[in-house]
Amino acid sequence: MTFDAATIQMIGLGIVETLYMTLVSSLIAYIIGIPLGIILVVTDKDGIKPIPKLQATLGLIINLMRSVPFLILMIVVLPLTRYIVGTTLGSTAVIPPLAFAAAPYVARVVESSLREVDYGVIEAAKSMGASTMQIILKVLLPEAKPSLLVGAALAVTTILGYSAMAGFLGGGGLGAIAINYGYYRGVKDIMWAAVILLVIIVQILQETGMRLSKKGDKRIR
Amino acid sequence: MDAGSPIIRMVDLGKAFQTSNGVIQALNHINLDINAGEIFGIIGLSGAGKSTLVRCINFLEEPTSGEVIFEGQPLSKLTSAQLREVRRSMGMIFQQFNLLAQRNILQNVCFPMEIAGIKRKEAVGRAKELLDMVGLGDRCSAYPAQLSGGQKQRVAIARALATSPKVLLCDEATSALDPNTTKAILALLKQINKELGITVIVITHEMSVIESICDRVAIIDKSQIAEVGKVSEIFSEPKSRIGRQLILGDAVKHVDFGEEKMYRILFDGRSSNEPVISNLVLACKVPVNIMYAATKDLHGTAVGQMIIQVPEDPEDAAKVLRYLQTAKVPFEEVGRNDI
Repeated sequence: MTFDAATIQMIGLGIVETLYMTLVSSLIAYIIGIPLGIILVVTDKDGIKPIPKLQATLGLIINLMRSVPFLILMIVVLPLTRYIVGTTLGSTAVIPPLAFAAAPYVARVVESSLREVDYGVIEAAKSMGASTMQIILKVLLPEAKPSLLVGAALAVTTILGYSAMAGFLGGGGLGAIAINYGYYRGVKDIMWAAVILLVIIVQILQETGMRLSKKGDKRIR
Repeated sequence: MDAGSPIIRMVDLGKAFQTSNGVIQALNHINLDINAGEIFGIIGLSGAGKSTLVRCINFLEEPTSGEVIFEGQPLSKLTSAQLREVRRSMGMIFQQFNLLAQRNILQNVCFPMEIAGIKRKEAVGRAKELLDMVGLGDRCSAYPAQLSGGQKQRVAIARALATSPKVLLCDEATSALDPNTTKAILALLKQINKELGITVIVITHEMSVIESICDRVAIIDKSQIAEVGKVSEIFSEPKSRIGRQLILGDAVKHVDFGEEKMYRILFDGRSSNEPVISNLVLACKVPVNIMYAATKDLHGTAVGQMIIQVPEDPEDAAKVLRYLQTAKVPFEEVGRNDI
């Protein structure tokens, strides 16, 4: 029987590490991604503060970053990781590349949510003498909140998927367990246990995001 | 009310849009004075440029030539901060209401005051007063999705008045509403104009809106002002082609009458209270030309005959004849010489 006390403890630690990597990198990715998403919408040629050159350049950089495969990106940012975290192994070391990979993705998700806000409402705010900053903070973000939450569920589950991949390069968490036991040692039941747990975590995160979005949406009677 | 002195002047205003199909001139040489305290209508068919015009008044669209002068200040000379200040003295309401969907009604009305930096307590008090005025004082915590179109427009009006503007711009404010709701909203606008002395500018494509509340009207056609004047004068004597079209409606549409297709209608004693020809025209929505008529009312029954010409279009002609058959009005085709 492979599921002894030590294994279960290891899996438990795996869950904690997976959540830690995912949530901390998501947080950092959003701290970077939200302003980028806002800039993409606001500086668009039809936006509230058109700066088309900045918009196009930023869009290009984001696309370039998104097209680098995650495993390659992890290797590329290794020096940066060592500089920030002090090591390139373990869960914490996965956070810089994860956040780095997810930020441009988050920027696009935020951008698409903000674009859903009806232009008429923005025009109304303008007609009341709202400044660009007031429109962003009081109209765009609050009106897009339900959509932003759905986007967040999407982003966090995607980041969770990336975190599992990090197991190949010495990261921790359930992904690493699945790779180390299933792939390198051929212990299939531990691998499946880790995979099933990952599926459950994805389900919970996705469902939480959807529920928060629906609950907060005042457009529903 | 100081009627007569212009609160808004548009001087040789023009607006061109750069599109992928070249330059589109949305407004051309617009000269208009809007007097303080009046209800001024701007009417035109869709695409005439009226929505662009109203957006030039508060600089939501920046004119490409000419000037808008609000209370003596040329708007193009203002800094963006001064412009935002000016916009607070011009409220605006829209066809699609444009309420914030994630805020309740009280918060919606507080919104412009929040932007203007008015203290929360003061803003809530004023918002409640305004909601009372528009008849929604009891729905403060409802969200826009829970309201009807008319109620949403009332909230939008309350919101537009929150910063005590001098002018209220209404962009097709009743176009998404049914006729009864339209009437009620127009009455509210009139009340606001009378009681608060706010100058109201109404943009619409419906002549009935102009007729019911406006003092003066400008007719805009193909990016230019076709005609300006008192509503009563324009209604009794429209000078421009577009003016006649808007006021008389489809009736001025030219209909060809066939030279030969004439019919004699016989009134053989049906009730003289029955307006046969009017009913025919209303039911068929097709004009007929009365060539000759000799009818008499004999003790409440109509006797006599009438000769009408029907449109040349065979479908329209058939419609008229079918109606006469169904209404059991005897008729026969006659030639020109039979009259």
